[in-house]
Amino acid sequence: MRVDAYLMSAVDGIAYGLLLAIAAAGLTVSFGAGGVLNLAHGTLIALGGYVAAAISTGTWASLAAAVALATVAGAAGGGVLAAATARLRGRRGHLDQALLTLGIALIGADLLTIAFGPDVLRPQLPTALDGTATVAGHRYPVDRLAVLGIAVLIAAAGYVVLHHTRAGRLVWATVDDRAMVAGIGVNPAVVDATVLVAAGALAGVAGALTTPILGVGPGTAETTLLLSLVIVVCGGLGSVPGAVIAAVGVGVVQTVGVIAVPALAPYLLIAAMAVVLLARVSPLQGEVGS
Amino acid sequence: MSAFTHARTSDRIRLLLRRVLPWSAPVLAALGIAAVVAWPDTYLHATAARMFPLALLAVSVCVVTGHAGLPTLGQVAPYAAGAYTTAHLALHGVADAALHLLAAAAAGAMVAALVGVVLARYRGTVVLMLSLAVAELTTITASQWRTVSGGTDGLAGIPAPRLLPGLPPLLDDRAVLLYAAAVAATATAVAMRLLGGNRQLLLSAVRGNEARAAASGHRVTTYLWVVHAGAGAVAGIGGALLIHTHRWITPADVGFTSAALALLAVVIGGTASLPGAVVGAVMVLGVRDVVAVDLPGHAPLLLGALFVAAVYLLPGGLTALPARLRRSLRVLRPPANGPDTTAPHMSRRTS
Repeated sequence: MRVDAYLMSAVDGIAYGLLLAIAAAGLTVSFGAGGVLNLAHGTLIALGGYVAAAISTGTWASLAAAVALATVAGAAGGGVLAAATARLRGRRGHLDQALLTLGIALIGADLLTIAFGPDVLRPQLPTALDGTATVAGHRYPVDRLAVLGIAVLIAAAGYVVLHHTRAGRLVWATVDDRAMVAGIGVNPAVVDATVLVAAGALAGVAGALTTPILGVGPGTAETTLLLSLVIVVCGGLGSVPGAVIAAVGVGVVQTVGVIAVPALAPYLLIAAMAVVLLARVSPLQGEVGS
Repeated sequence: MSAFTHARTSDRIRLLLRRVLPWSAPVLAALGIAAVVAWPDTYLHATAARMFPLALLAVSVCVVTGHAGLPTLGQVAPYAAGAYTTAHLALHGVADAALHLLAAAAAGAMVAALVGVVLARYRGTVVLMLSLAVAELTTITASQWRTVSGGTDGLAGIPAPRLLPGLPPLLDDRAVLLYAAAVAATATAVAMRLLGGNRQLLLSAVRGNEARAAASGHRVTTYLWVVHAGAGAVAGIGGALLIHTHRWITPADVGFTSAALALLAVVIGGTASLPGAVVGAVMVLGVRDVVAVDLPGHAPLLLGALFVAAVYLLPGGLTALPARLRRSLRVLRPPANGPDTTAPHMSRRTS
């Protein structure tokens, strides 16, 4: 029974990790492309979660509306951030942009608590998702499996968009060489803004999909921001495949670790990050060559 | 001819201002504190005294952010180390304030040195990202390490310190205010002294062109690490003041909000000015304590709004404000400036 509990939370961890990866991919690309460190990222995830928890009333239609609206809300939040940080581009450094997103995060967290109250909310799911299914001899909640499936789908779609479309290639080009992108007639600032909006949408949908697993509450924004930053750093700043691998690891530590060694789980993550930072051979962006 | 003498007097005034201006801030601060001390309201004394711990935290953040060029939210770690060290010394019967301050400074420097091993290797917003993890870890540790911190309930009933072994405990609000102001002013002055002269040149060279500084044989990362550890000592002293002025501590006191508040104070003050950081902290806390009466429980909202306002309205902070005002005045009335005043500027620029 005990082993089953661990296995279950391990699969939870992979699902949660994939969702974090979806969210962190947006964060890492917007950092790599425009240099915007978005400290309001966790707030967008929490926003998606709250919207989903408030709208989903147990019918399939409300569930679909919840996920769609959470995505739209996240994208709108990303748009606000893009508009706010774009005004500081050029004349002022990335530090001012980061501080601005920190201010927006503080405001957003407070507004979310005012709007949705201080309790941890969970969405009401259709009854078909509330049961359990037996997979390979293990009973498993259907909603987690559904979340895992959707997370895999979104991750695959994201991969295709990033690597096999013109838009995706433009994003990579902006990460590599902004001047060259401007040279082929595309405004890199537009790419930055688009990436921030897309990252917001991904954060929103990730937030909506994590609520059945962990719920959403006042601590969600801070926790997910910290986890996302750990993922982005461990995955190598600006790298999406690295972020996905790191995210699954973080997800498993966060779900299994919280059950097995509740007091040490946060330290495991930070320790992993410190080890990755100190043991890296190739310098990260922002690191001085030693 | 008259324009010539006019230029001479304006030069003389400028010279006088240059001599007087550095003293105006400390004199104004001393006058302000004297006014608060003279005021008969003990609540005001207590409120003012409780601003100094965060002011010192802001000074520490300012040293790391403005002078070392590493924007940080992580100085709450040495701040917490100083605070809990002081709390436990006091709870175990050590009442000597000087001993508290020394132990807190040492604890703060040690923690900052440890954190700095990782942080000093990075630059720019990456430091901000990593230091956020440090701040989170500080709060988590403070709420989970019950034997040291008392869990989320915190530590209460911490005995007041004594300035000298024979003296009575430091309990009177007015005395606490004077003590906190003296410690904060001394620590800030020492930090300014240590960051002056050649060291200031060295650090601004590192911020300006690190590759060139490194090529000249300077071990840049080591310097930044030392500055980070030294700033940790200042934050540790701030932590000791937190205990001496509040005499209780909860994990929220050393949490993310304190870190954000200190960074905001530095942004408002102008990133490289230590007195500016103190003024910024007093302003932020003043606004918070005045407005918080009308908006209980919404300190984060206010803090966030101040952040946004500071970034948009105060680029470069308060210290850059005179220069910006002068520039906008010059734009407003260009003909008023005769050729005699612009000429020295031009010759200075070409030389």
